[in-house]
Amino acid sequence: MNIPQELKYSKDHEWVRIDGNRVTVGITDYAQAQLGDVVFVELPEPGTEVSTGAGFSVVESVKAVSDIYAPVSGTVLEVNEALADAPEIVNQSPYEDGWIVVIELADEAELDELLDSEAYEELLAEGGQ
Amino acid sequence: MTAMKTPLYETHLKYGGKIVEFGGWLLPVQYAGILEEHKAVREKAGLFDVSHMGEVLVKGLDALAFLQKVVTNDVAAMTDHKAQYTPMCYPDGGTVDDLLIYRRSMNEYFLVINAANIEKDWQWLQENSAGFAVELTNLSAETAELALQGPLAETILRTLTEVPVEQLGYYWFIPELLVAGKKVMLSRTGYTGEDGFEFYCRPDEAAFLWEAIMEAGKPYGLMPAGLGCRDTLRFEAALPLYGHELSATITPIEAGIGKFVALDKEDFNGRAVLAEQKQNGPRRKIAGFVLTGRGIARAGYPVIYEGRQIGTVTTGSYAPTLEQNIGLALVEAEYAGVGQTFAVEIRGKHIPAEVIKKPFYHRKGK
Repeated sequence: MNIPQELKYSKDHEWVRIDGNRVTVGITDYAQAQLGDVVFVELPEPGTEVSTGAGFSVVESVKAVSDIYAPVSGTVLEVNEALADAPEIVNQSPYEDGWIVVIELADEAELDELLDSEAYEELLAEGGQ
Repeated sequence: MTAMKTPLYETHLKYGGKIVEFGGWLLPVQYAGILEEHKAVREKAGLFDVSHMGEVLVKGLDALAFLQKVVTNDVAAMTDHKAQYTPMCYPDGGTVDDLLIYRRSMNEYFLVINAANIEKDWQWLQENSAGFAVELTNLSAETAELALQGPLAETILRTLTEVPVEQLGYYWFIPELLVAGKKVMLSRTGYTGEDGFEFYCRPDEAAFLWEAIMEAGKPYGLMPAGLGCRDTLRFEAALPLYGHELSATITPIEAGIGKFVALDKEDFNGRAVLAEQKQNGPRRKIAGFVLTGRGIARAGYPVIYEGRQIGTVTTGSYAPTLEQNIGLALVEAEYAGVGQTFAVEIRGKHIPAEVIKKPFYHRKGK
């Protein structure tokens, strides 16, 4: 299971890449493997306000519908339009090309609540939930 | 009730199967991935464990008369070693189950029923057998079943048996033959919309048979296939799944499988209601649709026309062979015609859809 060290993680299996007051968000390698073949991603509109723990996107595999929860609060700046026509990118490249949104942070302090790669690895070892 | 394991449970783990519970059974939803397995079955071959299915033997002088009463298709039309698909209905026309009947001889029939319905069907068959000279035996626990499906299924099977299986016609069976040295009953049947075979064998020989078939299929691209692609394959072929397109409150006429309801035979359970629906048309129908807007319809989602709910999605999915998001829905009959538009409510949004012809997928050739 690939868990890049430079990223932060939520307990709901989203990853966060921090770049100043902007963060890029996607789902982890573990999450995409659990879902199986992703065939649809519902993207929010840029400008949408999101709050920590609330669903802002939906990723669907052949059999499952899975809510994606915001790991931080803020405003959606960009969405990965490529996923509209090629949702399988989430499986193929969960941490790079398969990013879902870029969020402008409302409160940088929220980043401290996220897990580092070691803590996320531990979470998975405990059974993933 | 704890979920049961088929005789192939350990084999599934060995092949990397991702286990889920289905109809009270622990079965693999996928091995390599649903899309890959789906493609293998359409283009090459896939091997399924369907040991969860139930089997009932009906034997006796009144076996035919009994079956004519409980199922809707014409069992008398069968000859020895023929298989037949049929719904089984309640007197009100609702569906108890859909099943396969194999005629072993004039007085002996082998029924294959849905896993989740075994107990219910067994009760129903027993209740209905009063007054008939028949003996019913529930063989579910002592029968394992494998399905080898796909255009290369025949080629693979020919390497495992001396019997000229290429001569076996669609919906015919061989009551006993050796496959990889093991005694099986073999039929040319399936639930994928492809050519293929189903094997019934002893539970303690199922794992051996599985390995032998996988080995023989290696050069042909055979893949182990899970429940996930079994569902997408049958769905593209618009084959009904009990609990979705058929249920105690959905008749076979509403489900669009009226050709398996034989009104020209003697009286049977549900006849009056089914005859009326066949003559005048049912009030609701299963319609096939494609979403013309973005989204995936799922079972249970409402179908909306001009702000009013006119039906419910029974199965919806991305269709791997068609590469479209399609569905089946039970809707008021006037909205079921090809070209009709309506909307499917997905997470509060109304996504446009259009009724298209069923089945969505039809294999070339035969």
